[in-house]
Formats: sequence, structure tokens, C-alpha cells
Amino acid sequence: MIEFAFPWLSLAVVAPLVAAALLLRRPLPERVRQISLIASTVSFLAASAAWIEMLARAATSAADRWDIGSLLGGTPLLSIDALSAPLLPLVALLFVLTVLATLRRKLQNFASAGLLISEGILLATFACREPWLIIALLAAGTIPPWIELRLNQKPLRIFTLHMGVFVALLVAGQGMLSWDSHSVLAVGLLMAAVLVRSGIAPVHAWLPDLFHNASFGTALLFVTPMVGAYATMRLVLPIAPEWVLRGITLLSVLTAIYAAGMALVQIKARRMFSYLFLSHASLVFVGLETATTIGLTGALCAWVAIALSMTGFGITLRSIEARMGRIRLDAFLGLYEHIPRLAVLFLITGLAAIGFPGTAGFVGGELLVEGAVQIYPLMGVAVVVVAALNGIAVLRAYFRIFTGARRPVTVDLRLRPPERVAVLALIFLMIGGGLYPQPAVMQLYNAASNLVNQRAAYFGVPVPAPTLDPHHHGAITPPANPAPFSPEASPPARTQQTLARS
Amino acid sequence: MSRDVLTTILGLTAVGAPAMLLAIVGLTALLGRPLSERLTARLTQVAVSIGLAASIGVLAVMLTTGSRNVVIDLGNWVALDQQHFHLHVKFIFDRLSVPFAILSFVLIGTIGAFAKNYLHREAGFQRFFLLYGVFLFGMIVASVAGTIETLFFGWELVGLSSALLVAYFHERTGPVVNGQRVWSIYRIADAAFLIAAVTLHHNTGEGDFGVLMGSGPWPEGLAALSSDQALIIGLLLLAAAAGKSALIPFSGWLPRAMEGPTPSSAVFYGALSVHLGAFLLLRVSPILDLSIALSGCVVALGLATAVFAVIAARVQTDVKSSLAFASLTQVGIITAEIGLGFRYIALVHIIGHACLRTLQLVRSPTLLQDYRALENAIGGHLSLEADPLLRGLPDTWRERLYRFGLERGYFDALIDNVIVAPFVGFFQWCNRQELRWAEILSGVKPEVPTKTPQTAPPPDPALVAEEHR
Repeated sequence: MIEFAFPWLSLAVVAPLVAAALLLRRPLPERVRQISLIASTVSFLAASAAWIEMLARAATSAADRWDIGSLLGGTPLLSIDALSAPLLPLVALLFVLTVLATLRRKLQNFASAGLLISEGILLATFACREPWLIIALLAAGTIPPWIELRLNQKPLRIFTLHMGVFVALLVAGQGMLSWDSHSVLAVGLLMAAVLVRSGIAPVHAWLPDLFHNASFGTALLFVTPMVGAYATMRLVLPIAPEWVLRGITLLSVLTAIYAAGMALVQIKARRMFSYLFLSHASLVFVGLETATTIGLTGALCAWVAIALSMTGFGITLRSIEARMGRIRLDAFLGLYEHIPRLAVLFLITGLAAIGFPGTAGFVGGELLVEGAVQIYPLMGVAVVVVAALNGIAVLRAYFRIFTGARRPVTVDLRLRPPERVAVLALIFLMIGGGLYPQPAVMQLYNAASNLVNQRAAYFGVPVPAPTLDPHHHGAITPPANPAPFSPEASPPARTQQTLARS
Repeated sequence: MSRDVLTTILGLTAVGAPAMLLAIVGLTALLGRPLSERLTARLTQVAVSIGLAASIGVLAVMLTTGSRNVVIDLGNWVALDQQHFHLHVKFIFDRLSVPFAILSFVLIGTIGAFAKNYLHREAGFQRFFLLYGVFLFGMIVASVAGTIETLFFGWELVGLSSALLVAYFHERTGPVVNGQRVWSIYRIADAAFLIAAVTLHHNTGEGDFGVLMGSGPWPEGLAALSSDQALIIGLLLLAAAAGKSALIPFSGWLPRAMEGPTPSSAVFYGALSVHLGAFLLLRVSPILDLSIALSGCVVALGLATAVFAVIAARVQTDVKSSLAFASLTQVGIITAEIGLGFRYIALVHIIGHACLRTLQLVRSPTLLQDYRALENAIGGHLSLEADPLLRGLPDTWRERLYRFGLERGYFDALIDNVIVAPFVGFFQWCNRQELRWAEILSGVKPEVPTKTPQTAPPPDPALVAEEHR
């Protein structure tokens, strides 16, 4: 583990927290947006700098030079590795873009402070590898939305119940694991906890409830970074036996299909969004639970793409809400002529989320299907069906919001310059990531390989070498020496499958 | 300059010209600086002309050198070498792709020139040409695709642009609903396409689309699959082709697609888009040789579609729907030809039919004038009597056939009642249960989702004005 030349991680975590403290001192309203934007941008730049420095020095993990944990002679509190290095700037970017696209009147002191505190906690979670600290941060992360709900006098019970169960399961699971490091029950409890946090059916009721009751920005940033998936990778995946993973895969696939179907029948845009997100997020879990290098790489790629695209999708919905009030999908709003660029962003982010070719989600989807097929062929089929259903839901929402008779309005509905910047940045990332995905894929592949190695070390199983029978995925042209088909010939050894079944 | 370098340059130009057109039109629109009508039309002309010239150039090189299979391999787009996972970008110029690419350029170019005047000063002029660019790029990529991902990329672009073009007149609800339906059918076709790829991978342990293509140049390849595997994968691909080419039971989307502007109806649904399924079957035709049952299914589906479309075409009350079913008749016959193994005949049939149908559809707005000219020329009225074949049928049967045609074979109703209604009904029931569950958990009665009129709430001018101050 190397030490950064500058404490990038601390800066990324502390900047939003300091800004939140400033905001709680009630500065002038016009300064709120400025402070929020500066803090989230600094945080994003620091997180990006950490990733870049790690890449430049070809390190596998890195920590701050003056980390408190290191100074006290222990392991650093904040550190990054191949998995968290790209996720940190991703999460910070989601916050920057959300703040950028937020209207001034929405950025009130306390709401902004809550947003920045959430960012600080989330970045600390993603930069943390110590299980108990992760659990503490995960628990802390549920508090800002809870406070917002309470301050706005919204129904709290569903959120409190689910998050309470989530924290309790985490604590119980990790506690048991401290007692017996091979306790299957402990793994089961931890897994149940992350399923609750990720909204996997049937414990998903809090997700549409949160979107209904909380502000869109808060709900969006509470779910799109997919902190539940991160908890799975840090706390559960390295130690979970195969049967647990298989069960979760099945549950995740069923959730993905169920949520895709539910998204199609919603008449409120926020509920539709929550189910659409749930469907996509469940697919990430399908990839994670394959526990193969390729499946994990697919899950990580899909994670990044879905986090970006669904945040973009949410930002567009939120921008429309800011102009039209809450959106219902049983009416044709006819907004295209007023905000054509928003329409384009809505379509591009929605298509990216479903893995449309040429967008950032495509490669993740391909790898995910590949990984799923290696374990259960039917899973691959299910992933394809889910993508098809979600595609229909996305275009349905697009048609409902942007088509229909043009409404005469007396005011200008066009995007403001900051919103335009956010929109263009997202489109650039969506398309750019789709056209040139190799660097990101390789980075995430390294992270996936590390995870597989961790599992192998825990179970004492050697990592099997990939098959020597290459398949040139996708090539239409015939191989130079095509092998005749033999029904007896077994399919090539499935990469990492032995490990997954260990 | 060596022959290989020349073909590579020409091939890349054929694909690059539409890509550049799309990039320019798309970026300027995105940046809020849309091009003028004149400049858009000129750019379109230039891009199509360059692409067409490059395609003809590739053909010329192939003819002069006797090469039947020119491959342009751009290398790996994504590669995980240790996992042997590669996404290749590769283009193939052969006896199938070159004619199809040239046909696409010719027809799309013609329609571009037609649309320039037809849509002059339309509010959606830029949007049409943006989608036109997406369609052109998608068609060319799909035509010359050398990998399953490349083919899927083009296939999806064509599908998206088609659905959005059907909904081009988006102020009215009808075109939008039809666009949504087209998209939904296309998604089913896409899913079938991808499941075929997944099944192929599972059965053979390979993701190589070359297994379907066979070992020789088109159409003489020999696919490396067993008969049973060919049947399963082939049926999935047939479902994909049926969705894309509007074969039964998915035929309902084709007349609905005619809600779009005439130029797009002509070139996209009348000529090119509707043949994309047949193109897919031609591309993977070596697997048809492996299974008689599969070939039989292809022939049966093609003939059934043709018979149905003949009946439906005769009872349509508008010219574009009538032409849509006339197109479908030919597509059905083309499909049957592919199933019977007449690959070159099918290819020639596609080219001829696409050209004829484009002409008919762009002339359709002047149908009355054409009829008048025709009647003046023959000195009398055109015959309105029933077909000789139908004259011998009893009245009951003629009425049944009429009803069958008028209801478009009841296929839309079948899909709605058997698939859509139970699906939607089930999830609406789930939604109600979820709302009840939320009510139990929270103790707060949720808002009951009710149907609202198709109107939008007006924006709050005070808030918006505040934001834009």
C-alpha cells in the first residue's frame, strides 16, 4: 500500500462535511448554492486525484500519508484499492451533478447541509475497508434522509423500520462473525442486511416510499450510489458460501423481473423511477453473486453505468418536476418543444441504463449476461428479458412526458446554464463511456480479480486458470480452422466456476 | 496503394460517412445550435453520396480482384485477455452486405432529397433528419456488421429511430401510441435475438457468431451446429426476424408505422426496416440448411404471412396501410424463399421490392391524381369488382375473410388479450397489494392511483419565473 503525496481521501471526505458545518450557520441564501457546489467539486477533484495518483504509481491500494489510523499504529481508516478507487470519484460526481442541476430555491440551508453530510459519509464508506467502521458509516448514512423526512413531517415508519432492521442485522451478523469467523448464520444475517438496504424483494417497500416522501435529490443520492452493493463486496462476498450466493442470485433475478413489470404499470413518475432503478440494481446483484471474475466485472461495469445513467435519468425527472410539479404518466405532457435538450438527455440516460449499444451500459450488460450464463443459462435469458421490459418502460415514460399537444406557457421552461452543463457532462460520460470503455473495464476487471482472489484465500481454493479454449466473442467471420461440431464435446471449462461452486 | 489498404479505406468511408453525419447533426442539435434546413440537406446529400461511392468502390474492388469476402477488422473494442473475452469491431463486405449497403444508401439518399422539400418548414425538420441520420448509420452498420455486437448495435439504432419516427407527429396521441407499440415489438425481437446469442453460447460454449455464419463465404457456409441446436437457435432468430419484419403474429405494427411522415414510411417501413428481419435470416442462412424443421418453419411463417397480408391489403381503406400490407406480402414471400434455400433470389427480391415500394409510397400522397391520369389514359373507370378468386366463394366466407382482413387477422387483439392484458393485470394487482402493504406499515392511507384526463398540469408561473430571474 502506498501513501499519497497529498491527503486526497481526507480532503474528499472532509470538504463536504466542513461545507455542511458552514451551511448550518445559516449563510445568505445566495451563498448556499455556491458553498455546496464548491465543496462537492473539491471533493470530486480530490477523489479523482487519488484515483489518478494510484494509477500513475501503479499501486494496488493507497492511503493518506497522515491517516489517523496509521498514525496510531494501526491500519489506515481511509484507503482505496482497485474496487473503491473509481467508485469514489463516481459517487462524488453524482453529488456535483445533482447540486449543479438543483434549482436555487431547492437548495435551502438544511437540505444542502444534509446532502453534503450524506456525501461525506458516503465517500468515507467507500474509502473504508474496516468492517465495523463500514457498518458504522452505513448506519450513519441512513440518518440524513431520516432527519429530512422528520423535519418535513412525512411518514417515517416504513423507512425507520427497514433501516432499523438493516442496521440491526449488520451489527448482529458482524458481531457473530467476530465470535466465529466461519459462522454461516452470520453471513446470512449480513446478506439479509444488504438485501434490505438494496431493496431486494420482498423487503423493498421503503424504496418507493422514500421516493414518494423525501425530496427527489435526497432519495436519488441515497439509492443510486448503490452502497448496498459495496457492502456486499466488502462484507459478504469474500466469505459467503456458494449456496447463499445462489439463493441471492435467484432472489435478485426475481426482483429484477418483478420491478421491471411494476415500472411498466406505474402512473406516478417517481414510483416508476424507483422500480426502474430497483430492477437495474438487482441486475448488479445478479452479477455480484456469480462470484466469477467475468460476472463481477460485468456487475461493476453495470454498477458504474447504472449509477451514472439512473442519476442522470433522475436529474431530468427532477428538472421537469421543478417546472411542472409532480409528474403523472397517465397524461401526455407535451414538453418536447419547450425542453428538447432535456428530452434528449432523458432518452440517452434511460437507454444507457438499459444497456443500449453505444452507451456506457452496453459493455456492463454484455459481461453480466456472459457471467450469468456461465452459472445458470436461464439467468442470462432473464437478464435479457429484464432489459427488454425496462426499455419499454423508459420509452413509455419518454413518450408520456415529452409528447402530446404542446402546452402554451407564459414563462420560459428552457434549461438554465448550470443544468445545461450537468446535462452535457452526463451525455458526454454516457456516450464517451460507451464508445471507449476499455480503460474503465480493465480497472474494474482488476477489482473483480482481487475479490475472486479474496474468496479463494478464504475458502482455501486455488484460483483456476481461465480456459485455454478462446472464444472470440462476437466474431461473425469463421475461424481459420473451424472445428467440426461434436455433440460429445463438452463446453469449454467455465472460467472461475469451480471457485464459485467451492 | 495496395488492394487491402484501398478496400479498408473505402469500407471505413462507407461506415464513417453516416457516422459523421450523425455526429454533426446530433452535436449541433445538442449544443442548441441546430443547422439550417439547407445545410442539413446538403450535409445529408454529401454523406450519402460519399458513403454510396465508397460502397460502390468496394464492390468494384471485389469484382476486379474476384474477392468474395472482404473483412475489415478494427480490433478489439473491449478485451479481457485472461478471460478470453473479446468484443470485436469488424465489418464484412460480401455478396450479401455490399448490395444491401448500396440499396440502403440509394433509397435513403433518395428519400433525403424528397424529405427536404416534403418537410420544408416543418417544426420537426431537424428532428426528422437527426433520426434519419440514426437510421442511416444503423442500417449501414447492420448491413456490414461482422460481429454479433456490431450487428446488434445497428439493429438497435434502426429500431429506436423507427419507433421515434413513427411518433414523429408527437402532438397527436395516435402516432405516439403506435410508436410505443412498434418499440415494444422491437424490444421483444431484440430479446429473442439476444437469447439466441445466449443459447448459442450455452450450447456451444462459444459466443462466436461465426458458428451461425458457417465456414465459407456467404451463402455457401457450413454452420458448426447440430440439427437440434440449429432448430432452437434458429427459431429464436426467426422470432427476432418476425418482430423486425412484421411477420405474423407481430404484423400489427407495420400499418401503425404508417402514422409517421410519408418519407420515413416509404424508406423505413416500406423498404428497408421491414427487410431487416429477412436480412438477418439471410445472414445466418447456413443454419437453415442444418434443420429441415427450421427451414419448414421459416417457409410456413413466410407463406402464412403472405396469405394473411394479401387478404388484409384488399380491405384497407387508406393507401399507406394498403401499401404496408402489400409490402408484407412480399416480405412473407421473401422469407419463404429464404426457407426454401433460394438465397440469391431472396436478395434480388428484396432489392427490387424495396425500390418499387419506395416509389409507390412517395407517390401515395398524389394517389388521386395518379388514378385520374390512369383513368383518363384508359378512357374509363378502373374495375372495382372482386378478385376472380373470391367470386367463387360463398358470401359467408367472403364476409369472414373481409372481417379477418379488416381486423388485421386479430393478431393485435390476440397479443393484447393473451399477453399484454394478463401481464398488466397481474402487475396492477401487485401494485395494489404493495400500496396496501405500505398502508399497513406506515399507518398512512396512500393516494389511490386514479386515471386522470390526458391533460398536463400547468406549470406554476410564479415559481418558474423566480427560477429564471
